[in-house]
Amino acid sequence: MKIIAMISSFMIPLVIFYIVGYGVINREKVYDIFIEGVKEGFKIVVGIAPTLVGLMVAVGVIRASGALDMLGKLLAPVGKLLQVPAEVIPLILVRLFSTSAANGLVFDLFKEYGTDSNIGLIASIVMSCTESIFYIMSVYLLAVKVKKSRWTLAGGLIATLAGVVASVVIAGVML
Amino acid sequence: MLNYIWAFMIIVGILVAAFTGSMEAVSSTVLDSAKEAIQLCLVMLGVVGMWTGIMKIAEQTGLVRQFTKLLMPILRLLFPRIAHREAVMGYIAANLIANLLGLGWAATPTGLKAMKALQEVHKEECAISGGDPEAASDEMCLFLVINISSLQLIPINMIAYRSQYGSVHPGVIILPGLIATMVSTLAGVLYGVWKCRRNQRKNSKQ
Repeated sequence: MKIIAMISSFMIPLVIFYIVGYGVINREKVYDIFIEGVKEGFKIVVGIAPTLVGLMVAVGVIRASGALDMLGKLLAPVGKLLQVPAEVIPLILVRLFSTSAANGLVFDLFKEYGTDSNIGLIASIVMSCTESIFYIMSVYLLAVKVKKSRWTLAGGLIATLAGVVASVVIAGVML
Repeated sequence: MLNYIWAFMIIVGILVAAFTGSMEAVSSTVLDSAKEAIQLCLVMLGVVGMWTGIMKIAEQTGLVRQFTKLLMPILRLLFPRIAHREAVMGYIAANLIANLLGLGWAATPTGLKAMKALQEVHKEECAISGGDPEAASDEMCLFLVINISSLQLIPINMIAYRSQYGSVHPGVIILPGLIATMVSTLAGVLYGVWKCRRNQRKNSKQ
């Protein structure tokens, strides 16, 4: 846990040091460029804010109603097979379709179990190592008018499954 | 897609609540969740803004372009059949770099360009050897699987979320996330490369 935390805490400062240092050596106006980038970042966050409101409300409704717990219980046997806690199963399903909807579920897990609990860590890592398969496939394939995706879905599911298993194993090591 | 998911969550949620008698909880959740979403956005303004600022420096100073060049040897291994097509390979590299650096918004446009270029190559091939231009080529499948497998080196959004929800070590997931990302990408790529090689052998026999 300590080594993981140490290497993890070195990463961001190192990346920033390298990028800013490279800019300074190349005599770029790094601060001006940085501010430009921050402005772009603000636009992105403002852009996703409506989505976040919409999906967090929907996730809140379905969780408060108790429907999510039912789904979790229903799928618990599958989870047991892969050593995935039942609480994380709905998250993995939603993850396949939408990142923002999955984020809503993650926040619920954080509130319920804590960010640094086993479940909180698994959720964090799963979100870091997977993407929304169906979203990516529909956006990219529609853009080039391809109707048969052939082995894309199989490959995507294999990658996601590997990521989920890795997340559970790593989170187990961390605690 | 989201239209269905969203409506499904709201309608099923309220119906279930009517049966389980948790209408009161649902009613207060609706307002609380909306408020929470905006609180979260405030935290994200800071974290995401900081990151896009740093990445803008990397982009403007040519660092991103250099990384793209570094990626080329790997890409030639993954896409041997189109390795000589500079433009296509360039788009693919730009998309993967944007993904690696967590520039989600920059990844989609470059990804779409890569897909369009791959589709043109595919159409040319279909015209020569016959084939279905409406079916994805092996290269398209592999490119999509790599995108799906997630490449992000530092999950900056997740770190922001974790600190907003009171984590003592929001960044503790960086290394674990990196390892898990490598595992998922490796699994996807190995499957994809195996598929590509197998299909090529089939085609050359015919």
